[in-house]
Amino acid sequence: MEDTIVAISTPNGDGAIGIIRMSGEKSFEIINKIFKNKSQKKLSDYENKQLVYGNIIDNNKVVDEVLVSLMKKPNTYTMEDIVEINCHGGSVPMRRVLECILNYDIRMAEPGEFTKRAFLNGRLDLSQAESVMDLISAKTPKGFDVAYNQLEGYLSKKINIIKSGMLDLIARIEVSIDYPDEDIKDITHKEILDILNENKEKIEKMLKNSETGKIIKNGLSTVIIGKPNVGKSSLLNALLKESKAIVTNIPGTTRDVIEEYVNINGIPLKIIDTAGIRETENEIEKIGVEKSKEFFNKADLVIFILNNAEKISKEDKEIIKYIKEKKVIVVINKTDLDTKLDYDELNSLIKNKVILKTSITNDHGIEEVEDEIAKMVYHGDIESKENEYITNIRHINLLKKALVSIKSSIEATISEIGYDFIEVDIRDTYSYLGEITGETITDDVIDKIFSQFCLGK
Amino acid sequence: MDNNYDVIVVGAGHAGSEAALASARLGSKTLLLTINLNSVAMMPCSPSIGGTAKGHLVREIDALGGEMGKVIDKTYIQSKMLNTRKGPAVHSLRAQADKIEYHIEMKKVIENTDNLYLKQSEVTNLIVENKKVIGIIDNLKQTYYAKAVIIAAGTYLGGKVFIGKNIFQSGPDGLNASIELSNNLEKHGVNLIRFKTGTPARINRRSLNFENMIIQEGDSEVIPFSFMSGDISKKQEPCWLTYTNAVTHKVILDNLEETALYGGLVEGVGPRYCPSIETKLERFADKERHQLFIEPEGNYTNEMYVQGMSTSLPLDLQIEFMATIKGLEDVEVMRPAYAIEYDCINSTKIEATLEHKEIDSLYFAGQTNGSSGYEEAAAQGIMAGINAHLKINNKSPFILDRSEAYIGVLIDDLITKGTDEPYRMMSSRCEYRLLLRQDNADFRLTKKSYEIGLATEERYQRMVNRKHKVEGELARLKEVFIKPKEINEYLADSSNNSSHSSKSMYDLLKRPELNYENTKIVDNSRPELTKDVIFQCENEIRYEGYIVKQLQQVKKFKKLESKLIPSGINYLDIAGLRNEAQEKLIQISPKSIGQASRISGVNPADINVLFVYIEKLKRESVSDTNG
Repeated sequence: MEDTIVAISTPNGDGAIGIIRMSGEKSFEIINKIFKNKSQKKLSDYENKQLVYGNIIDNNKVVDEVLVSLMKKPNTYTMEDIVEINCHGGSVPMRRVLECILNYDIRMAEPGEFTKRAFLNGRLDLSQAESVMDLISAKTPKGFDVAYNQLEGYLSKKINIIKSGMLDLIARIEVSIDYPDEDIKDITHKEILDILNENKEKIEKMLKNSETGKIIKNGLSTVIIGKPNVGKSSLLNALLKESKAIVTNIPGTTRDVIEEYVNINGIPLKIIDTAGIRETENEIEKIGVEKSKEFFNKADLVIFILNNAEKISKEDKEIIKYIKEKKVIVVINKTDLDTKLDYDELNSLIKNKVILKTSITNDHGIEEVEDEIAKMVYHGDIESKENEYITNIRHINLLKKALVSIKSSIEATISEIGYDFIEVDIRDTYSYLGEITGETITDDVIDKIFSQFCLGK
Repeated sequence: MDNNYDVIVVGAGHAGSEAALASARLGSKTLLLTINLNSVAMMPCSPSIGGTAKGHLVREIDALGGEMGKVIDKTYIQSKMLNTRKGPAVHSLRAQADKIEYHIEMKKVIENTDNLYLKQSEVTNLIVENKKVIGIIDNLKQTYYAKAVIIAAGTYLGGKVFIGKNIFQSGPDGLNASIELSNNLEKHGVNLIRFKTGTPARINRRSLNFENMIIQEGDSEVIPFSFMSGDISKKQEPCWLTYTNAVTHKVILDNLEETALYGGLVEGVGPRYCPSIETKLERFADKERHQLFIEPEGNYTNEMYVQGMSTSLPLDLQIEFMATIKGLEDVEVMRPAYAIEYDCINSTKIEATLEHKEIDSLYFAGQTNGSSGYEEAAAQGIMAGINAHLKINNKSPFILDRSEAYIGVLIDDLITKGTDEPYRMMSSRCEYRLLLRQDNADFRLTKKSYEIGLATEERYQRMVNRKHKVEGELARLKEVFIKPKEINEYLADSSNNSSHSSKSMYDLLKRPELNYENTKIVDNSRPELTKDVIFQCENEIRYEGYIVKQLQQVKKFKKLESKLIPSGINYLDIAGLRNEAQEKLIQISPKSIGQASRISGVNPADINVLFVYIEKLKRESVSDTNG
């Protein structure tokens, strides 16, 4: 019996519709659990390959509005039971549906796995064998992946910390099992429990942030700030124009705050175009300014725009005071006009911030702004409040599995059963984490034991 | 003189003895050759059998019909079940042996086994024709022919001993090294590598001050290794514990340059798990003391083994540092500690049957394969003996996989991963250890061995009876229902948990506060059962969830093991494989996808490519035959 697998089958990027495909014997069972529509009819009772309208539901909440079709084996691509879910395109809705599916007994497909199954099950003919193998072993060296890998490096650092804690624990347990006569104090259940709890919290924190993290669901909160007419809206529009991924457009709560969603090099940004921060007596405007300040305080990143053709004003200085502690990209716009801005003064006012020059009307410098945003995120310069950047659903899924395992090892430890049993779940936890970073357990443990403990005859 | 045999076994240590016994008992006319008849089943190092993971191996050897368990049960002088508080899967039996009796007993069994011929002879060469071994030649220029040859040469091959700066050719314990055979193996294309190991000094019991050491007694209730042994209790001998101290460490560290190892004269790789005392002091400099156990070598000798103090210091310094240790103040060394370097083969060059990949019908077992330990050797020995016999009788090979036995893990590790140090069995190497307990080795293996004709009828019946008792009791416990009134009353005084509905005894026994013993009062129909049967039942019930989980893992494992890779596959033809994977796959030539997936340097994408390629070959061959 093969595992049931799932993947987003439509290409990367944001189309109007995206398809999520499951294959394997659990796929019907899983879709029945998460799909609801008015008719109350079970999905498997519809005709084979019929498109059915309804919702994907998670915890009684609608995740997405979808069209689903069930295809019974063997007349399918993989020759297994297949479910295709047509959901809204764009990374966020598809991600949510996928996450919902992955709560069940199913795993993310490996690269080329649907095609591999199609071939192994006899659906594809011999001539396609080579291309199937190419597909499996293909590496896609796109720019996006490079950036992505840097991000993964950041993630794997965090996971390696947990892993090394778990490996220490396993080595300590194993040494008391394999070397009971050595002059090494046996680890106690209490000590095991403390280490497990500590690592459980770390995994939980990573997961919590991955699930509720603003970057994934709401984007990296970015505030564009500057005097009126400096080019805030133009920059926003330019970023929007570059971005193919306008997820949604929510009007601000006041007329002065506009939120826009854009996707820059794979990073969802929530851009807030503010009214600016200025002292005002006007009551209505005051609300707008207060609101701006609030957004500003919560922002992960600030883009501060100055006018090349004007001197630094009192208002600018006011803003500079505010942004001292923030992650900031300073953009000097209107470089097409004569320079009146005093750069020496600017440099003395702003220290250690990135300064970029643009002429938004002439389309100059926008790309640099985008690159800088991506660079700051991928290098970990911007740590969105409490967010871990776990953007890979496969990793989230493995972390979830690791969490389940570490929890059962905690239960086992509390009930004080033998180390041999407790270790089953501890090893599973380690293996799931290892799948993320690609290491195997046995050799790790044995190396650890010998490097850490003095053993001998 | 008839010089024709079915199987020739070279070496009569722990591997050779089991190999020869297995092959002879299966019906092959077997010749067992050893450099010295006084060294049959000799223990040149520690005077003990079993221990963690190794105890499991002994049980498995016994379950297969091997001899080690029976012999140690007859000749033990102290016995201990280790890890009793760490979980049933890691309970491990260890016994101190009377070395001399152990040797005598094993030799007696060998001499009295039909089809088995034990002779003193130093084998110096193989007779190989067309890449197939057909016999051996010894140092007296005698020639013996056989259909299969098993090399179990221990640490004799190219043996070189180091004591301080004294270096000389020698096998273990002053026996002759086997030099010519080493050279000739290489001539036949068997590549050799150098490993190293060592043994501590033997000291005179009468020179020890026991009042300065801590006594270590055996268990009051002795559990035998062999499923065939009954009650084996007897008076046991104690061991003694003492520690090194700062003065000891100073003597050793001040004289490191006196050891051969520090002069760069040793090329062999030593095991990390049994470093010499000088290595321990260097690597763990902050450790203030190291323990040592003083273990008797038997009832007929005053020699005591100094466990923990393996060293290659010169004799005078060995005495000097030991005399600084409590209890050893007046130490008198009878045999010096030494390091020994020897030749062994690259274990990835042999199959799971232990047959060499390039020379037909040539088998290797034991330390020659890069393992260490009597038990590891014996385990390979019995498997080599069985497989040599099966091969010459055109029967399918007998292979245990990682989910069936520690023996399977041991052999699979050796042939798939290879080893860059003497390989020691450890329970942490074993993925399915909850299933591979020492208490159920007979359930796992005896039937398999009975089916090939090795385990005797008596052994098989014993296993079947024991199994019936366990299964019968488990079934009965499912049928015994305890009314809430009865059990709540009882639970009230053992815990706060209360039960509201009638529950089966089976389910009740899953509760941590309950066990077989303390539920006796509410279970009226309980039969008289032996402790081992009760132990089995309790484990099966209490850990059912874990056991089910491991069984599922085993199912997945078996599936990949059953996907066979056709022999003669050309990995260089498979474009999707990375270079490193190609190299490793060519080197190891795995039998199954499962085995391939365990090779270091082969990743999951490579495995998937392999899957598709094999399917392609399969279809091509079908279309060829059709076309």
